[in-house]
Amino acid sequence: MSNVPQELRYTKTHEWIKREDDGTLTVGITDHAQGLLGDLVFVEVPEEGDTFNDGDDCAVIESVKAASDVYCPVAGEIVTGNEALADTPETINQDAFGDGWIFKLKPEDAGAFDGLMDADEYIELVAEEDH
Amino acid sequence: MPFIPHTEQETQQMLDAIGVDSIETLFDEIPEELRSSGLSEVPIGMNEMEISRLMHERAEQDSRSLCFAGAGAYEHHIPAAVWELTTRGEFYSAYTPYQAEASQGTLQLLYEFQTMMTRLTAMDVSNASLYDGASALAEAVLMAVRANRKSKSKRILMPRTVHPAYRKVAHTIVHNQGITLEELDYDTQQGYLDPASLPDDPGDVAALVIPQPNYFGVLEEVNALTDWAHKHNMLVIAVVNPTSLAILTPPGEWGSEGKLQGADIVCGEGQPLGVPLSSGGPYFGFMCCRQDYVRQMPGRIIGRTTDLDGKQGFTLTLQAREQHIRRSKATSNICTNQGLLVTAATIYMALLGPQGLERVATTSHHNSGLLVDALSKVDGVQSVFKRSRFHEVVVKFDLPLDEVLRAMSAQGIVAGVKLQDDYPELENCLLICTTETKTEADILAYADHIQRISERQHSTKCPVKPKMA
Repeated sequence: MSNVPQELRYTKTHEWIKREDDGTLTVGITDHAQGLLGDLVFVEVPEEGDTFNDGDDCAVIESVKAASDVYCPVAGEIVTGNEALADTPETINQDAFGDGWIFKLKPEDAGAFDGLMDADEYIELVAEEDH
Repeated sequence: MPFIPHTEQETQQMLDAIGVDSIETLFDEIPEELRSSGLSEVPIGMNEMEISRLMHERAEQDSRSLCFAGAGAYEHHIPAAVWELTTRGEFYSAYTPYQAEASQGTLQLLYEFQTMMTRLTAMDVSNASLYDGASALAEAVLMAVRANRKSKSKRILMPRTVHPAYRKVAHTIVHNQGITLEELDYDTQQGYLDPASLPDDPGDVAALVIPQPNYFGVLEEVNALTDWAHKHNMLVIAVVNPTSLAILTPPGEWGSEGKLQGADIVCGEGQPLGVPLSSGGPYFGFMCCRQDYVRQMPGRIIGRTTDLDGKQGFTLTLQAREQHIRRSKATSNICTNQGLLVTAATIYMALLGPQGLERVATTSHHNSGLLVDALSKVDGVQSVFKRSRFHEVVVKFDLPLDEVLRAMSAQGIVAGVKLQDDYPELENCLLICTTETKTEADILAYADHIQRISERQHSTKCPVKPKMA
């Protein structure tokens, strides 16, 4: 089982979410997801000011195997996208939970974060998918 | 190995495996009203003898006339080597083979085509072609709406000087996606989109389309238009005649120095590059763009790489844009190119070289000047727009146009294309094209015939004095 940090929240579509001190949420894809996708070659991040509902596709990641959408975990407005990924998409492969973050989001509902899956639930989900 | 992909038995096995009784059931999610109840307009099949006869009859309708009609399809001299090489077995195929392990020659040729198109347009990247010029413009519009990250708008500004058929095709393809094409009128004295007529505050707009030369053959103020569009956060879609680019500023350099220069997407009809008129097709479309937008580009793109042994090789690249990978989110449902016609175009450009293409463009332009001079000597005939042109000109006659066209046709001359149907304000106007295929004698003969037709028309207008009752 790949690395699943306890302090983060997760989605069924393999995004991780971190709550920052100022209430914004940082979103990326999990180490498990990057492992499935293989070497990433391109990431398209959302722009500051874009707004999304939960479940909207808001970023695209493209690997040598496939192109996938990244879904917005909770409704909100984009604070910033990780533009550095345009030149170095492999950062997600190397550090999915750190420098490989994809965007920061100001949630519409501050409580929405607490409704997301915790690490144990995500580990369970991945274990089920592996069957 | 049988060439039938699946036999009835295999089909039945597959249906059994997924638990469906018939193929028809697989389509039951398509509402009844959207289904075709048969193709009543399509005639029944013909055998070889019948089809051969029909084709000969049709071919005979193409008289060996002197063609002065352009309007988007242009008669240029095609060196015999172009189609001799294109139709060799190595290239001649109904479907472009893309498998890198089997088709290095085809892939290299497409790569060379892309390189030539980027040099001609001064853009960063080119795709391996699209269907035709009109659908290429529609694809460029869809692409601009996706690619313009400064605008959320689905509005596109479309000058009326863009080819009327292109505008119709673009509308047909994009309007169901909520994209609106807003027309910009032209200056009726000069036949171009006057930059001074553009609004100071156009609102949120995704892109401005700029034709060069425009449908009337007139040159647009591309620099001022490009600056204006970029100032208002619009992308610039250039629709260009590839031949003209041998002598005109390439779209990649449009705009004032010091500002964001160049068109963002360039598209057009590739037919002038070695493809015969052939009663209207098949032709091919082309599309180039800035590097920044390549992932929003539709169509095939060929890349050059090195294989495991360090040798040069060619392969499809950036395929994640395409429908076999992105499915419904692909940049387009166009996932192919007009391979054979692009083969001809690539050989044509290689044979002519930059100097040859420049001679074609210069001679075509020069000939339009000869025609205007010759026609200006005929009473009641005048060139309408007083602006620089490429190789087409709008001419107004004080004669009934249908009569002129019929009389010229009797002399074996296709005199031009009537504009009134698409531009009611251009009554009795013909769009006339001269390429390098027209000699000075052809052009003088054209003017002489017009002179004669004019004199005859005017003389018959003098009524015979009625007999006294």
